[in-house]
Amino acid sequence: MSIARYSMIAAAVLAITACGKQEPAKKAETKPASAPASAPAAAGDTIKIGYAGPLTGNIAHIGKDLEYGARLAVDTFNEAGGVELAGKKMKLVLVAEDDQGDPKTATTVAQRFVDQKVVGVVGHLQSGTSIPASKIYSDAGIPQITPSSTAIAYTAQGYKTTFRLIANDAQQGKVLAEYAVKTLKAKKVAIIDDRTAYGQGLADEFEKAAKAAGATVVKREFTNDKETDFNSILTSIKGTQPDLIFYGGLDAQGAPLKKQAKKLGIKATLMGADAWQTPEFIKLAGADAEGAYASIPGQPKERMPGSKEFLAKFKQKFNTEVQLYAPNSYDAVLVMVEAMKKAGSSEPAKYLPELAKVSYSGGVTGPISFDAKGDIKDGAITIYQVKNGKWEIMEVVGGAAKK
Amino acid sequence: MDIFLQQIINGLVVGSVYALIALGYTMVYGILQLINFAHGEIVMIGAMVTITCINFLIGHNVNLPGPLLLALGLAMAIPVTMLLGYLIERIAYRPLRKAPRLAPLITAIGVSIVLQQAAMMIWGRNYRAFPAILPSDVVEFGGASITTLQIAIIALSIVLLIGLFLLIERTKMGRAMRATAQSPDVARLMGVNVNNIISLTFMIGSALGAVAGVLVAANYDQAHAYMGFMIGLKAFTAAVLGGIGNLGGAVLGGILLGLIESIGSGYLGDLTGGFLGSQYKDIFAFLVLILVLIFRPSGLMGERVAERA
Repeated sequence: MSIARYSMIAAAVLAITACGKQEPAKKAETKPASAPASAPAAAGDTIKIGYAGPLTGNIAHIGKDLEYGARLAVDTFNEAGGVELAGKKMKLVLVAEDDQGDPKTATTVAQRFVDQKVVGVVGHLQSGTSIPASKIYSDAGIPQITPSSTAIAYTAQGYKTTFRLIANDAQQGKVLAEYAVKTLKAKKVAIIDDRTAYGQGLADEFEKAAKAAGATVVKREFTNDKETDFNSILTSIKGTQPDLIFYGGLDAQGAPLKKQAKKLGIKATLMGADAWQTPEFIKLAGADAEGAYASIPGQPKERMPGSKEFLAKFKQKFNTEVQLYAPNSYDAVLVMVEAMKKAGSSEPAKYLPELAKVSYSGGVTGPISFDAKGDIKDGAITIYQVKNGKWEIMEVVGGAAKK
Repeated sequence: MDIFLQQIINGLVVGSVYALIALGYTMVYGILQLINFAHGEIVMIGAMVTITCINFLIGHNVNLPGPLLLALGLAMAIPVTMLLGYLIERIAYRPLRKAPRLAPLITAIGVSIVLQQAAMMIWGRNYRAFPAILPSDVVEFGGASITTLQIAIIALSIVLLIGLFLLIERTKMGRAMRATAQSPDVARLMGVNVNNIISLTFMIGSALGAVAGVLVAANYDQAHAYMGFMIGLKAFTAAVLGGIGNLGGAVLGGILLGLIESIGSGYLGDLTGGFLGSQYKDIFAFLVLILVLIFRPSGLMGERVAERA
């Protein structure tokens, strides 16, 4: 892939956005103009880090939250006089771009980062944007750390530059299975999934981990993500008398599943994953939602090791509360800088190997190190149960959470 | 054995709902030789209107027992769907009555899409929970369990079916309907207002559809804008299985299809050694449809098509 071809694609994409929208067009004009001015500085005494996430649109508040997290980390370093690399004090610069939560825009933003010679990227927010952008970062050799994308596919592409600071869907399935077998003492489990990439992926991991933990999988059943009648599946499951039924799928199927299980007189505990852990699930299942288990990757912000100081600093600086994953993006910058210090350089090619084998314990979310794929080792997952019509925290598994 | 019994019960509940909907298809087909593909959407709208109505009543602190609230919801939904059935026939089918038979069939699919999209605009894309107003007591017998609601579904279906048969076999209006089905022209000569009878057929079918929609929504505790498509297709299959145009056939086809689906998907995994799992539940309906069309196109109880034409 030549530079000429890249710039042609970039030009084409820019031309399209220019036709469609005013705002991105302006950005496109101004950004490349300023890039050459700062390019020599990037090689000199500043370290330019990119952040990409949705800063407009319906999840802009989550995207902004991540940006604040990264910005807080950058400002903290700079207030302390910058980062010392090979005996030289360097200032950090954060370049924030809006990917609009859109896969196509995400690739445009990624290309813009490459053109601006950022040395590392924090982002993107969703798997849908992180994955297409990751190809561009990988080709350019720029490390990418997503604070929040959980799709297994993200780190399974074989890129050396992809990292994440959150437990992925597979780890979620594993943690849920271990919780089911060890804490809930389930000996016989039945598993249903909806044959989507998400549901099946989770259910497969759950099955593997449940078997490894010593439980028997008495039944594996399937449905689809539009079904509402689970009576015949549940009836054949009932015959095997499981202690627990795991469902890999969405809340719209999970709720009737839970209700029908109760009507059929099934005593087994029902468990789902993060797509269950929604207010919608409780709304649809009504009183029958009681007792259902589900999980969410990450941990409640109050329970993170460095949370107290972080939350106070965050509030003071931005005059707003942490929404969701700001601590993860804060740590993403920290761990990136840590790798640069180890390598004594902010050049991506030099600090990337250090990042891959980093073992960092100064983060807000807990100790950070990556496995061979770039997934965080022992990422935290929070398990919830419906109690009195609300999702209540049962346990935080993994990470270095305060119990 | 209790598992088998449970699957039979599951099948009967689903099957009696299929039967109610299949009647709507078969009645219209009997008179117009038209497959009203919009019928599934009528079922969905019946459910949606009832849910909206019950939620409205609950929202205004109307404290009535659950079944009464449901009856009020139905009392609202039935006229709405009857009107809709009337309008669909009047606007979409009547102008095409003399057209080639493919034209109204395509119109029927168009109407179905329009209704589905309209429902999505009115009620949104999300699943709507059915208000928890009905008791969900579980009755156990022989190791199987059935809820009072499911018993009510089967009972109500039987009552409606008997009512419909009495209407068609014992009343003057029913005789006019049968006459129109046999030969619209002769019926007209005998002083039957054929247009009114056709409208009436659509309205009765729609009313049954609305009841079926509410039963489905109550049984699964939710409804959504797409629900009519699959259930309509299944009921259509049931009607073909029983012999489309034949009322008794629609009932038989509905019950049979429910049982085949339930027992089939319950044991498919075990029978094929896990090669085919319960995700193939929906194939039974269509496997049945294909087999019927190949080996017995007139259905189990159907009259020979040749006599009709």
